Amino acid sequence: MPRYLSMIRIDEQNAPSVAPSPELQAKMGALFEEITKAGVMLDTAGLTPTSAGTRVTWSGGDLTYTDGPFTETKEVVGGYAIMQCKDKAEALEWTKRFLRCHDDSGAVSAELREIAGS
Amino acid sequence: MVTSSRESDAVEAVVRMEYPRIIAGVTRIVRDVGIAEELAQDALVVALEVWPKSGVPENPGAWLMATAKHRAIDLIRRRDNYARKLGEVGRSLDDVPEPEATDADEIDDDLLRLVFTACHPLLSSEARIALTLRLVGGLTTEEIARAFLVSEPTVAQRIVRAKRTLARAAVPFEVPHGPDRSARLSSVLEVIYLIFNEGYSATSGDDLVRPALCEDALRLARILEGLMPEETEVHGLAALLELQASRVATRTGPDGEPVLLADQNRARWNRMLIRRGLEALLSAGDGPYSVQAAIAACHARAVRYEDTDWAMIALLYGRLMVLSPSPVVELNRAVAVSMAEGPGAGLRLVDALAGDPALRGYPWLPSARGDLLERLGRPEEGSAEFERAASLTRNTREKKMLLARAARAGWDRPPR
Repeated sequence: MPRYLSMIRIDEQNAPSVAPSPELQAKMGALFEEITKAGVMLDTAGLTPTSAGTRVTWSGGDLTYTDGPFTETKEVVGGYAIMQCKDKAEALEWTKRFLRCHDDSGAVSAELREIAGS
Repeated sequence: MVTSSRESDAVEAVVRMEYPRIIAGVTRIVRDVGIAEELAQDALVVALEVWPKSGVPENPGAWLMATAKHRAIDLIRRRDNYARKLGEVGRSLDDVPEPEATDADEIDDDLLRLVFTACHPLLSSEARIALTLRLVGGLTTEEIARAFLVSEPTVAQRIVRAKRTLARAAVPFEVPHGPDRSARLSSVLEVIYLIFNEGYSATSGDDLVRPALCEDALRLARILEGLMPEETEVHGLAALLELQASRVATRTGPDGEPVLLADQNRARWNRMLIRRGLEALLSAGDGPYSVQAAIAACHARAVRYEDTDWAMIALLYGRLMVLSPSPVVELNRAVAVSMAEGPGAGLRLVDALAGDPALRGYPWLPSARGDLLERLGRPEEGSAEFERAASLTRNTREKKMLLARAARAGWDRPPR
């Protein structure tokens, strides 16, 4: 059974500054419980804003550090889930349910990738 | 309108994901897993007809559940009327639950009842395994047949017979309470453990490990953790399987040959599964699966083979000998003792097992003995033991490895 990494991409610069509504949190909590109870969810977490992150690059024999926020790309990874599913269609179905938890006003996307050799 | 293959894949995925819960929900109404499966199949057929035209409903699981339950209630009403016509006392319609009343907890309860029914001790262990994989794991008979290297009709027969046995005995659709609860839970855990083990160290065939079976077992264990969070042995079993599974990729070499624990590339052990296993171990208790998980955790925590806490492992095997004594456990204890105290101490324990009838034909007894003799500087005797071990295994990969060890021991002992 392959494992999938679902990277949640958000537009950090246009993200609402307020915490997610209790309603969204409740929906998300119920869904996560369902995914876990289905024996599918292996790991999931949200990430702190990119302003707290640092990019480290190894290039031409030199290390360079770039502190966040990372503003050059519109979308940044805001969280992830690792799921073990029978196939990609099943992983897509759970991802779809996750995205549907969000209200209609904003935009959020998920990039689903299969973990190699899993 | 379903136009793309993505959408039809999605429909199939939903149907597969919801299958066990629908079977469970319908069984509560009709009290027969065989009939429940037929009704669930009917609902799936309807879905596959209707959804491509009308679109997949917002909550496809609830839709399928309601459709299947309506059919179940129709069936009971027809039976009821028939019985009444015959003047018999029919089952009261008041007993029939409403299809709408399906909250998440209720679905969980039904699923747990289904698990206990599929693992009923009335059934042979082959039947329990097949029925659990089919009904709870959602595998097709073809997938089960492939996993266990038997023909599809054999598996289908097993499942049909198992359902008939359950129906004939009128096995109640319930999670047992009272005195037989712990024995019934043991039966459930055993089924999952057997499925995992068949994948982890295949007893026959050309492949040493069949990871797909391990993953199916692991999924069942994770589901059970969610359904019975208060049972420490469920967490113990889950912890054991997570930790064992973390090593699956390193247990065989590039040509499918077995790689011993000492020689495995620990950098390739799956850290996420180890972390999950250690986490589950925190909720485990002191039953046999929990103790085995604690042993697996000793290996998982050792960054290098040399770091392994063999004294602790020997102690834990000692505890396991009290909980569920078996010569195989004692053999493992002997190996751990040999690592903690030296090969001489281990050999004394192994030799005490030599006459045990339960170990006659068990290849790992001579193999362990061969290893100890080798370490004691008696390579010729060691070589003979490995040869004996090779003659006892039915797995071709294991046989090859044991013969290689026999040759190596007879030749010279390479430094470790």
